[in-house]
Amino acid sequence: MKTARIVLAVAAALALQTTLARYVRGTVALDLVLVVVVYVALTSGPVTGLLTGTFAGLVQDALATGVIGIGGLAKTLVGFLAGVIGTQFIVAQPLPRFFVFFCATLLHAAVFIGLYTLLDLRHFGAPYAAVAGQAAGNAAVGVVAFQLVELLPGAVERRRAAKSRIRR
Amino acid sequence: MLGHILLISAQINSRSGVPVLEAVAFGVFAEVQRGISAGFSSVRSVWSGYAGLRHVKSENDALTRQLEVAQVALQQQRALADRTRNLERLLGLRDRSNLNTVAADIIAGGATPDFRTLTIDKGTRNGVRADMSVIAPAGVVGRVVMPGTRAAKVQLLIDRNAAAGALVERSRAQGVVTGGGDDRLRLDYVSEVADVMVGDLVVTSGIDGIYPKGYVIGQVESVEKSGGAYKKITVKPAVDFTSLEEVLVVLTPTPAREAADGSVE
Repeated sequence: MKTARIVLAVAAALALQTTLARYVRGTVALDLVLVVVVYVALTSGPVTGLLTGTFAGLVQDALATGVIGIGGLAKTLVGFLAGVIGTQFIVAQPLPRFFVFFCATLLHAAVFIGLYTLLDLRHFGAPYAAVAGQAAGNAAVGVVAFQLVELLPGAVERRRAAKSRIRR
Repeated sequence: MLGHILLISAQINSRSGVPVLEAVAFGVFAEVQRGISAGFSSVRSVWSGYAGLRHVKSENDALTRQLEVAQVALQQQRALADRTRNLERLLGLRDRSNLNTVAADIIAGGATPDFRTLTIDKGTRNGVRADMSVIAPAGVVGRVVMPGTRAAKVQLLIDRNAAAGALVERSRAQGVVTGGGDDRLRLDYVSEVADVMVGDLVVTSGIDGIYPKGYVIGQVESVEKSGGAYKKITVKPAVDFTSLEEVLVVLTPTPAREAADGSVE
């Protein structure tokens, strides 16, 4: 059940990434799949994070035009490390979560761009501003996603409770 | 086990030269994207076409289509006039101005922000092949990199790995336009002594064998002296890649491609 939920979340992130990028300006710079990987890693631990990173990265690589495995490796590493951070530290407030998402995006970019540059497959110039912008965007989306997932079930229950009180 | 299968599949190429894993993943996901795109389009169509400005919207759509057709015709005329000016004595050449094209809708954007690609709803079933150029009414969009049966992936000209032979329309200075991953292009290998000014129109030169000659790439935005043998030129693309909805895939092979194919045979 959990596996199915993770696969669905990755598929939804990919669908959103490829669809929303056409309609909403600015979403083209976000990596929603990475946001899902970090979210899963923080909530489920390093092993699930690692496996989710591997799966999501390989699927994303297969749909892009680059080398299959480079994005997969970057996301595997990020998933594992985010999972370790999630188990070793308390990452329950928006600011620490923002920090983790931000650093995860920086690490992902470093591995991804580093490998492509090392293998002389692609030249990225000086992408500091773009990477920083993507990190901030991913972090903002990640924090909002966490808040929504945590608040929505509570909101539904509060609404039900309020309705039952009115009936009484 | 899964890792082995993935690694082996990644290294086996299909008939079209694309790895099997990529071809299968792209084919499957293209269908999902087609469905999602259709859903989005339906909702948008209902909202903007009926709930809002029913008559004005349909009239506007018709006029937009007319304008797009006129812009494509204008580009064809520009290419024709350009060719005529330069090759007016070679009237025996076959007229290549009437390009055979197929219209395609864009059904998805890129799966990762590091690769600037689009997915279109036409594939090998419609005659689309790898390395065919893709144009829009405003100018050049990119080239087909992965044709599936019912969909194809297009590498945009602004992708870091994209390039096209180009020339400055006014001075005929030649160079190579390359993408930078952002929304600007670079015009490389233009001699330091070449006559290039801000505002000059940059068009395809046709020497790459992919893009037909004379199609608009963009306008020169800045020209700097780099101190070396070449100028540092930035080009603003004519096409707004964020608002593309329909494109044309050029099915007619370019003269350079025909010559290359002929020499291979």
